Amino acid sequence: MCGIVGLYLKKKTLHNKLGFYLSGMLDNMSSRGPDSAGFAIYNNKESKKNYKYSLCLNKTLSRGFEQDIKKNFKDITVKNISDHIVVCTSATPKKFISYIQRNFSEISLVGYGRSIEIFKQVGNPKEIVKKFKLEKFSGSHAIGHTRMATESAITVDGSHPYSTGEDECLVHNGSLSNHNNLRRQLIKQGKNFDSLNDTEVAAGYISQKLSENKSMKKTLTECLTDLDGFYTFIAGTNKGFAVLRDEIACKPAVIAENNDYVAVASEFQAMAHLPYVNKSNIYEPKPGVVYTWGK
Amino acid sequence: MGKIEDLDFKKNSLRKINNFLQNINYKNNKRDFILKNPKGLHAICAGLTENISVNIKGHVGYYCGGMNQKAHITINGNAGTGLGENMMSGLIHVKGNTSQSTGATAHGGTIIVDGDASSRCGISMKGIDIIIKGSVGHMSGFMAQSGTLLICGDAGEALGDSIYETVIYLAGKPKSLGVDCIEKKMNKKDIKKIEDLLKTGKIKNLKVNNFKKFGSQRKLYNFNIDNISDY
Repeated sequence: MCGIVGLYLKKKTLHNKLGFYLSGMLDNMSSRGPDSAGFAIYNNKESKKNYKYSLCLNKTLSRGFEQDIKKNFKDITVKNISDHIVVCTSATPKKFISYIQRNFSEISLVGYGRSIEIFKQVGNPKEIVKKFKLEKFSGSHAIGHTRMATESAITVDGSHPYSTGEDECLVHNGSLSNHNNLRRQLIKQGKNFDSLNDTEVAAGYISQKLSENKSMKKTLTECLTDLDGFYTFIAGTNKGFAVLRDEIACKPAVIAENNDYVAVASEFQAMAHLPYVNKSNIYEPKPGVVYTWGK
Repeated sequence: MGKIEDLDFKKNSLRKINNFLQNINYKNNKRDFILKNPKGLHAICAGLTENISVNIKGHVGYYCGGMNQKAHITINGNAGTGLGENMMSGLIHVKGNTSQSTGATAHGGTIIVDGDASSRCGISMKGIDIIIKGSVGHMSGFMAQSGTLLICGDAGEALGDSIYETVIYLAGKPKSLGVDCIEKKMNKKDIKKIEDLLKTGKIKNLKVNNFKKFGSQRKLYNFNIDNISDY
């Protein structure tokens, strides 16, 4: 199963409600994925010079870690929520990520970029949303996932969204059957993978194509030939997000669009609480067709 | 006519409302119900067995009206996967669109969809009449066994794949026909059936001669020695 959700707000005045709306969407998708949940929020509020690194502390104590990085990096701000830390700094990914990997092996990098913040945890989506105080987040768009684990263990590493490139992320409902082969090919091309999960491979594949300067639309169209299996994807960048269903289209998706927002979810009940949703244009994305929204 | 009773999903649980509708006491003479705030919940009005009328004000989730017998259900909105799955009799009228597998395995009664139905509409249907005023998605009528599927719009890929004895009437064009599905000649019985269905669906912009008939070529019914290498 698994539940996926996405929300793109067209009006700036609504940006402060992003977290509030998304938390309801994830909560309503608990029935499709009670094992773990995660979400990615895109927010351009911070200075464009800086990077944001979303880190899961696992068992590392936050105080020692904070003191250490503040000593070693300049102009650093830290936001600590539950077992996650978002570090905002001008340090480049190459420098910062390798420092973390060298000195704090237990800490995992969940994602990084100039606008993305990612949080994921094992457990019931309703509680996870509360722990991360999702309601208080603001931003332009967000993507979320509730997981019913099928092909890899119930761990933070196995939870979505997967981020394999700057400001990129992917959530997935379905399963891929050629991910092992594809992983080997991508590793040869220089990609790194942290888990044995199929979705991480799809995310890596998409990142690889985007890094070759292909558009999101072209990249997802190429998924139709290179990925084997069942999927409904929501792929996010700092500009917006895109939706793709495989051509057999066993995995559901519904879209509601109006002047204020675009909402995507596995089931309509995920968006039943959104304002004026009943008056929106509601439709199912067609199999094998890429839909994109954003700047 | 009995008096109309309102049931609200904001005030009552799905299970409570379904339980109530499944166990109607005829003595108090209530036969008309309005369901408010369905919020896309699953299995609304599943397993109804009596001749009652239910009007749902909003969008419903999966398997709405599943296993229905006798009841008349109207949905003022869209419906999710498996609308009227394994329905036996009665009527379901959807004013919006439906998701995949509409009327799957249904034995009898009628489903009317004012909008479009997505993929696998009428999959394995076993005697129901399905009227779609819009178009249907891919693999519609897959392994459909009996009953009638009338489509006023177009059909997606592989219409009627591996079909048995269901008859498909299509006004638009199929993107492609499935294995063993062919166009067939209309006879008097077909004309009468289409007229009846157009009347049931209150369809006035189309006439019998707008439709083409599709059904089984019956080549998959028996083992063919030429195909031995495929096994």
